[in-house]
Amino acid sequence: MPNNTVLLDVQGVTIVRAGRTILREVILQVTAGEIHALLGVNGSGKSSLAYAIMGCDGYRPDAGKIVFAGRDIVDLPIHERARLGLTLAWQEPARFEGLPIGDYLVLGRPAMKRDELWEALHAVALAPGAYLLRPIDRTLSGGERKRIELAAVYAMHPRLAILDEPDSGIDVLSLVDVQRLVRRMAEAGSAVLLITHRDEMAAIADRASIMCAGQIVLTGTPAEARIAFAERCRPHAAITGPQWWAPTGARG
Amino acid sequence: MTTLDQLRPAAQRDDPVWAREYEALLRAYAQAGGPPDVLRSGRVAALIVSANRVLGAVTVPGVTIEAEPLPDGVQARIVVAPGVRMDHPVHLCFGMIPATGVQRIIADYQVGEGAQVAFLAHCSFPNARDLRHIMDAKVQVGAGAVLRYTEAHYHGPHGGVVVEARASIRVGAGGQYLSSFSLVHGRVGRLITDYDADVGAAGVADLTSLVYGSADDDIEVHEAVRLNGDGARGLARTRIAVRDRAHSRVFTTAEGNAPGARGHMDCAEIVRGAAVAENVPTVIVRSDEAHVTHEAAIGTVNRKELETLMARGLDEDTAVDTIIRGMLCI
Repeated sequence: MPNNTVLLDVQGVTIVRAGRTILREVILQVTAGEIHALLGVNGSGKSSLAYAIMGCDGYRPDAGKIVFAGRDIVDLPIHERARLGLTLAWQEPARFEGLPIGDYLVLGRPAMKRDELWEALHAVALAPGAYLLRPIDRTLSGGERKRIELAAVYAMHPRLAILDEPDSGIDVLSLVDVQRLVRRMAEAGSAVLLITHRDEMAAIADRASIMCAGQIVLTGTPAEARIAFAERCRPHAAITGPQWWAPTGARG
Repeated sequence: MTTLDQLRPAAQRDDPVWAREYEALLRAYAQAGGPPDVLRSGRVAALIVSANRVLGAVTVPGVTIEAEPLPDGVQARIVVAPGVRMDHPVHLCFGMIPATGVQRIIADYQVGEGAQVAFLAHCSFPNARDLRHIMDAKVQVGAGAVLRYTEAHYHGPHGGVVVEARASIRVGAGGQYLSSFSLVHGRVGRLITDYDADVGAAGVADLTSLVYGSADDDIEVHEAVRLNGDGARGLARTRIAVRDRAHSRVFTTAEGNAPGARGHMDCAEIVRGAAVAENVPTVIVRSDEAHVTHEAAIGTVNRKELETLMARGLDEDTAVDTIIRGMLCI
C-alpha cells in the first residue's frame, strides 16, 4: 500500500540532446508502494524520463536532480541505482544469446529460491518448465521477451520498478495479466512507475501524471488524468507550436 | 563389452608409466570438459591418444576404431556402419601433458549411409608452453546419415600452443553434418581452424565456432560451406570474444552452387580493450535459384544488453562477462 514517503523525486530535470530539449524541467514524485501511471502520446518523452531515472547512457540531466530514497542519484551508474532498489523494464527488451531465462531471472536477486523463480514466470503467465532453460534470443517472440522482462523485474522485488509500456507488444487478452502483475508488485511492496499511452492501464494506478512534449503537464487521480488525456492530448505531429497541450474542450 | 583396461596390451597392464599417463590425460580431459568416468567405463566407443601413444581404443558394435602411432602423432580411422544409430557419443580424447612437443593427428571419419552418431572430442594441453597440435581430418557423411561433431579445447593458462585444425567434410545426399568447435576456457595461444564442407543434394552442413581470446592470443578461423547439390543448406556461425591485445580474423565462405541451395553466414565478435577483430565474408552464387546471406556484428557489447543487466544490479564488467559467456555458451 502506498504511503506518503517520497521514494522518487524528480526535481526540474531538463535534458537537451543535439540541440533539442527532450525533457523540460520535469517534476515528478512517486511515493513508496504507489502505482503511478505516466501517460503520454508517443514521442512525449516518457521513455526518455525512464532512461534518465535509470541512468542510461546519453540521458544524464543537463539540469535538475533525481533523488531516490533520499539520495541524489544523478552521478550514480546504473548498477548502483539498481542496488538501491531501482530498476527498469524496457519497452523493447534486449536479447541475450545463449543466456537461459532461468539464469537471467536470478541476476537481480541471486539468493532467489526455486519456488520464487517459478512464481515469477507464473506471474507473467508463462509455464516455467517450458521456459527456464530457453535462451533469450530470437527464438522467442516479442511478447515472450516482454513477459520475461517483466518477470525479471518482478523477481527482483525492487523498491521502484519503472515499467516502460508493459502493455505494448502483448496481445490484448494479456492486458489483464499485465494489470494483475502490476498489482502483485505493489502488494509485494514495490512502487511502480507505469509508463503507458493507453489510458485504460492507468485505471489500476493510485495517481497518474500526463507527459507532453517533455513536460509533466498534469498530476492527479487516475480518473482526472484519463479524462484529460482523452480530451486534451494530441499526437505531436498534428499540433504545431505551443499547442501540444490543447485547451480544455478543444478536441475536435 | 570390454573395458579399457582389458583392451590394453598385456605388456602394459602393470605398467605404472602407462597408468600415470592415462590418469594425467583423463584429468586433462576433464579440464577440457570431458567426462572421465564415461571413458573409464569402457561402455562407449572411445579413442584416447596422448602425444603419439594410443592409450585406449574401445569399439562397440557398429563402430570400428583403428589407430596407429606416427613418429609425431597418431593416424586414426573411425567407421560407423551404415544404418547404425548410436545412443551414446563416440568419445575422442586427444592431448599432451608435457609443456613442449608436437602432436599430429591424421583422422579419417566415415559415417555410413543412414547412420546417426555423435562424436564428442576433447583436446587438452594443460601445461603447454611451446606445443603444436595439428589435426588433419577427412570426414565423410553418407547419404541420409547424421554426424554431430562437438570439439572442445583446453590449452592451459600460458598460451604456449599452436593449434592447426583442418577438416575436409563431404556430406552426401540428405546427410547432415552439425559441428561445434569451442575454445573458451584458459588461453588460446595461436589457433588456426580451416574447415570446408561440400554438401550434396538436400544435405546440411552447420559449422559453429566459439572462441574466447585474451592477452596476445591469435585466432584465425576459416569456414567454407559449398552447397553443391539441389536444396543443400549450410550455416557458418562464428562467435568470438577478444580482449586485451588478442586478435581474431574470421574468413567465412558460402557458395550456392545449385538450385534451391540456401546458405547463411552469421558472425558476431565482441571486442574489448586493445583487441582487434576482423571478419571477411565471401559469398559466391553460381545458380540463379540459390540464396546466400551474411550477417556480422563486430564491436563492443550491445549497449541495451549491457544496461539491462546493469539495471538488474550487475556492475559493468560482470555484465559484459555475462553477455560474453552467454554468446559463447560457457
